[in-house]
This record gives sequence, structure tokens and C-alpha cells, in this order.
Amino acid sequence: MSVQDKLPVLAFPSRRTAPAPKDDRRAHPDDLARAMAALRSAFEDDAQEAEHQRDTPRHYTTEEAFSPIGTPRPTWRASLKKGGEVTDTKGQSNHIASGPATERDALARRIVSIYLPRFSMERWDRWATRQPDTPPPDLPVVLAVEGPHGPVVHATNRAAEAQGLAAGSRVVDIRALCPEVRVEFADIAGDRMALDKLMLWARRWCPWTAVDGTSGLVMDTTGSDHLWGGEAQMLREMEERLSLLGFSANLAAASTHGAAWALARFGGVRRVVPPAALKAEIAPLPTRAMRIDADTELVLKRLGLKTVADVAAVPRISLARRFSRAGIAQNPLMRLDQIMGRVAEPVNAPDDPPRFAVQSQLPEPVQDPTPHLPSLCEELCRGLAAEGYGARRITVTVYRTDGEVSTLTAATARASRDPGHLLRLFDDKLERIDPGFGFDLITLGASVIEDMQAVQTRLDGAVDDGAELARLVDRLTARLGARAIRAPALTDSHMPERAEVWPQALRQAPRAVIPRPHRPARLFDTPEEIRVLYAVPEGPPAQFIWRRQTHRVTRFAGPERIAPEWWRDKPGTRLRDYYRIEDQHGRRYWIYRDGVLGDGRGETPRWFVHGGFA
Amino acid sequence: MTVLPPLSDRNLVSPAHLLKGRNAPARADHATLSEVFADSAADAGVTGFVMAQLHHANDSDKPVLWIQDRLSRREAGRPYLRGLGLRISILYVAVSKPIDALWAIEEGLGCSGLSAVVGEIWGDPQALDFTATKRIALRAEARNTPTWIMRRAATPNLSAARMRWRVSSLPSALEPDDQRSPGAPLWKAELFRARWDTPGEWVASYGAEGISLSHGVADPPAPVAITG
Repeated sequence: MSVQDKLPVLAFPSRRTAPAPKDDRRAHPDDLARAMAALRSAFEDDAQEAEHQRDTPRHYTTEEAFSPIGTPRPTWRASLKKGGEVTDTKGQSNHIASGPATERDALARRIVSIYLPRFSMERWDRWATRQPDTPPPDLPVVLAVEGPHGPVVHATNRAAEAQGLAAGSRVVDIRALCPEVRVEFADIAGDRMALDKLMLWARRWCPWTAVDGTSGLVMDTTGSDHLWGGEAQMLREMEERLSLLGFSANLAAASTHGAAWALARFGGVRRVVPPAALKAEIAPLPTRAMRIDADTELVLKRLGLKTVADVAAVPRISLARRFSRAGIAQNPLMRLDQIMGRVAEPVNAPDDPPRFAVQSQLPEPVQDPTPHLPSLCEELCRGLAAEGYGARRITVTVYRTDGEVSTLTAATARASRDPGHLLRLFDDKLERIDPGFGFDLITLGASVIEDMQAVQTRLDGAVDDGAELARLVDRLTARLGARAIRAPALTDSHMPERAEVWPQALRQAPRAVIPRPHRPARLFDTPEEIRVLYAVPEGPPAQFIWRRQTHRVTRFAGPERIAPEWWRDKPGTRLRDYYRIEDQHGRRYWIYRDGVLGDGRGETPRWFVHGGFA
Repeated sequence: MTVLPPLSDRNLVSPAHLLKGRNAPARADHATLSEVFADSAADAGVTGFVMAQLHHANDSDKPVLWIQDRLSRREAGRPYLRGLGLRISILYVAVSKPIDALWAIEEGLGCSGLSAVVGEIWGDPQALDFTATKRIALRAEARNTPTWIMRRAATPNLSAARMRWRVSSLPSALEPDDQRSPGAPLWKAELFRARWDTPGEWVASYGAEGISLSHGVADPPAPVAITG
């Protein structure tokens, strides 16, 4: 099968080197002239090429500029292609003859821009709906980032927008406007990573996608729209898929990146603009749609230029003189050229991350995957080592004879390519894979990989403790699950139960914690209420019942008053007065009174045991 | 006036015993498996006793593997890093079955990157028998990693633990600045089985270098009961 696939590829160059001249080809003398010019420009020196470019000032190297892959191609290859194009394709050569080559190429691409206007907020929503205390949808929520003068609103939800809260304003100001607003901190790095993942996910529609700014994607869909039943259908499909993920999206398709960007943000719903209508569609948009920064927009506004049409009407030479030293984001002329396709702006699509998977086809169905795994592991690890990667998650898949597929996944705390270690992670799990009546194909893939440098940490060649520890975490995780293995660490909070976070050890290595005096050695997950038998006005109760036993307080210290965190807790949360007490058996506890009498936040304060001292 | 409970009901009054037991050094050079029995589930004194024994882990960059089963966590709470009294890091494992706890302890003892292993097992599970404890003890000695198993609501059945303690809290030492507040913690520590040592009873407390065991003959000052 694969050999047959290769045959046309081998045959192809020979056909190109000896083209059979056809009759109608001679009917276009322009083609011959262009081919001659291309050949000449390819083989002549740079000085002549520069001269050639001066003759046609807008003549950018077309092939290089409009290749969807970002890396520029070597010039010899570009010119070879140019020659090949001219000699091979007949239908297009007619078109070339009618106009300048650059114009035609520039608007022949189809670019789709996806704008996710609420990306941060919708990511937060997805997280919040999975929490036990999901906020009601009518609660105004804003995400904030640190600004030079305190936190600044980064994103808002619909309820917050209805209250008049907008991104860019300061958090202290919006608190005054809307006291019940809930402020959370935005996860900028997480947004970026999620957008990167979404970019790879979007390659289901076309092979070239790239991240566009902080909340957008750009895709080169040239030639792939017919697979989805036309561009309008494709855009609808994209919007639907994204909404299933929980993201609202504005989309537009146009011939250039700049035009698609502008139409996605300032145009109508799912605009599909053919090249002929590009100029007319772009003209009424505001100058902000040209991807210029706010200062330049202000400059244009002061000059009386409010729409793209206004800018386009200004003589070129004036704009060029005014913005000659400006960068791309401050230069409306270059932006306008990008929109109209006069300046090339290819979609710089990053490469797919490498995929590592090995398989073994069995001559007849078997039921036990155990004997096949060691060789698969070794092969996979060889491949990973050759490319400098390590696996964070590996998956065994067996394809059963009855058509079913069953998988088994193991995760590692640190990238690893040690076959013995990876094999051990499946030790207890292999019986969970359901072989049915047998399987005849087994694959082992590294679904999550990371760069992994070979480092020697110690001169004597011994293994360092960090790697040993990571392996221990892997083995524990493989058997007990990732949620059971935790690496507690401190956070910025003075509430005792919030002062520690318990992230999964797969994600974070354990960190040392500096002890604090007057803190209990053990803490209950939920404070346990006690029944006070004999209260005294000041200090802790003299006697109380906890877990059906009477405790008499012999000594105590306190109170230590711990106030609620007003920026996190619900309004009305009461403060706590903590006491360290010792009972008649010498056991030491940490008890607190929830609130004080007459604080206006509830009835008589209750007492709780929160922990025990050593 | 509260009087301390009698410390020794065993007849170990020979001078040799007294001298040997007095200020017995913590056996930090000889890591092995030890068991600690708590007389009450909610008594955090056991945790303090074990942490005092793990003084070598202080400021170590190796974490302590802490394994807790579900009932222990619910009844006795989780370890609170800020109050453990040592600058340590913890790798925490929550298990639901005692067999998993024993397996996790053994896995931990196969790793050289740990400074200690602490397990908490509730009750008397079938899995925790002589064979299981012997495996753990041999591994702990081979890896030279001190291993402590805290037992609550348990009876001291057959076990291969090299040292078996019974620990409960005692009224704390006097706080010099505030007579009414609890001071430095004291525990009654009874070593009822030891492979290389003589069993005995001590009043244990935090020392400058790990645990300090002293006989009850120098009784701490009696705590003053608050009136009220």
C-alpha cells in the first residue's frame, strides 16, 4: 500500500523535467515571457533582482509570502515553483496574463478569523460550574489583573455588563458601583495555554491555524471549505463546535488576515466576503478595525479620519510620509495594505507537536497484553530519546477482534523515558483492560510529552532524589489515583483552613513549610461543634461536651482573633476567637467561638473544635 | 492541685534500668519500624511525639511520606504543616483501605528520596499482621528510613515492629510567662516492646535535639487549675 503511494511521487519530477508542449500553451506569449523573466531572476545576481523589485515596488516574493508555513523558503525553491506554476497550470496562467501576479495571489487565499470575546470569562465559568458552590448566573463576576494602581478589570460576565461594569476600569471603582460584585483573579497564563490547545484543536477544519492575539484564532482555510459544504456552512459548524465547548465566537472569512480580523470583530454575524466585495465591506468599519493601537486611533480621529474608507481616501504619499517611522501597530498605511492584500501576511502556523506511538500487529488474537508491553515500551522510549522528549502520560490501546477498543492510561509526575519505569506503571492495571475474545492490535502512545534534557546531577553518577521521588509519585498515582496523592503547600491566607492548599503531587513537588507557634499539629477538615455546658463571659467555656465526652478546661490561652477575609468570604461571615485549651486529661485543643455576641450577624455564637495540639 | 498519674506500674526499679532509661538518646542512627498506639483518637499528642522523633527530617530537602486512611483523617484530623513544629515538606497519600496503606508504605521504602515514612492506620485490620510488619521493618532497616505507624482504636496484637510505644498526653509544662496557659507539651511514653532496648516508661517532651525522655521522678510542676 505504502509503496504504491510513493510511486506517483517518484514519477512526478520526471514529468516536470520533460514537459510535453501543448498547442494552446503557445497561444499565450505572455506566459513565455513571464517564464523567461522568472528564470532570469532566479539565476541572475542580487543586484539585478533588486532592480527588478524597484521596477515593481509592490512585487513581494509571492511564493514565500503566501506560503502558509511561516518559515521562509529558500529563493531557489521559490523561483523553481514559480517556473513550474507557469509551465504547468493552464487555467491560472490565463488569469496571470490578465493582471499582476501579486494581486491575484493575494486575494486568492481564504482566511478565517475567530474572535472569542469572552474567552477568559467563559473559561472561568467552566471552572466555576464544576465547583460545589456554583455562583448563580445573575451574580456579577469580574476577573481582575494587577495594574499599576491596584487591580483592574480584565473580563466581565453578562450580569456584570448589565450593571455597567466594563473591562479596563479599576476594581475599587466598580465595587462602589456594584457592591455585590464577585472579583476573581484572571488566569492569564492559563488562558494562553488554553488558547494554544484550542488552536491545535481547531486543526480539524484546516491544517494551518495560529493564535491571533490574546483571544482569537486565525486559520488559513484555502481549499478546505468544500469539505464542510462551503464557507458559510463551515463557519456555522465552527461556531457550533465552539459553543459546545462553552465559548461564544465571532467569525468571519475573507481573503486576507487583516480583513477577516476586522470583520470578525466589527462586521456582522459570520460574514463571508468574496475578494470582489472586500473593499466595499471594509470601507464603513471604524479605524480600530485596522488593528492599530489606541494612540494611533486617536491621532487618526484628530485628523478627522473615522472609518477605513476615510483612511483609504487619503493620498498614499501623505500617509507614508506621516507614518514613515511608525511600527506595524502604529502604521495605518501598512495595516491598510495588509487588509487589501498589497502587503503579504501569511498565517504563521506552528508545527504540530510530535506524536509518539508504536504498535504491534499480532498474527492471531490474544488476550494478555503483558508480554507485548516491554518491547513496545522500549521502542517508544527509543523514539522519545531520539527526539529529546519524555512522556508525561502514556496510553495502551488494544483493538479487539469484535471491533471494540479499550484503553488504559498512566501518568507521570516528571517526564520520563525509562522503559522499566513506564512498564511498572501498568503493573496493577493490566487486568482492568478488557480483552474480550482477544485483540490483534496493540498500540502504546505518549499522549502528553515534554521536553526532557539528559542531565547528570551528580558526578558519581547516582540518581538524584528528585527523580526518585517523581517515580514514587508515579507509582502511587498509578495505583491509588492522582487525587489521592497530594503535596500540601502554603498560600497567602490567614484563615487556618485556607492557609494550606493541597495540590496534586503530579503537578507540584512538595515544598518545605516554616512552622508557626501556636498552631495545632492536626486540623479537622470541618470544625466540629461542641456543646457548651458552663460558659463564662470572658474566655473559653469552663466545660463542654465534644464527641459525647465532657471536657473540663484546666488551662487556656487566647483569644486569638482571626477575622474573615472580606475579599473572599461572603458578606455576613463572622469573625472567630481562637483559644488554645487543655482539658483535664492533658489533651490540648484549638477551639473557637464563631462570632461575638451582639455583632449583628446572627444569634448566640457557637463554639467549635478545629484542631488538636501536640 | 492535680497530681500526675503514676508513671510506672511495672516493677522496673533496679538502678541499672533507671540509669539506662534516663535520657535515652533518640535512636536516630538506627532507623527502623516503630509503632505508636494512641489511647484516644482525638489526642494529637501522638503526632507531636512522632514529630519529635523525626527531628532529623527538620530542614531536610527530602519530604516525609505521610499515609493516612480515611477513618484516621476523619477522626483525628489531617496533619497541619504550620503546627508540626518542624520545617519539613510532606508528600501526602490518602487511602481508603489498610492494604493500600501498607502497600504505599512499602513503595515509599523503596525510594531513597524520603526522609521518613509515617502511616496512620485505624483499628486492627487483617492485613496488618506479622508478615506485613516484618516486610516493612526489614525494608525500613535496609533503606535506613525511619518508619512510624500510628495506630488508633487498636490493640497491640502480634507485630514485628522493633519498638512499640503507647503514648498519651500529659498536662503540659508550666508556661513561665502565663501560669494559666498551656506550656510546652509533655507526653507519657511507654515503650512496651523493644527489640534492642529495655522497655520502660518516660515523660517525653521536645528536646533541643529531637525527643527528650526523662523519668517521672523529676515530676513537672503540677498545673494550676483555673477556678471558675
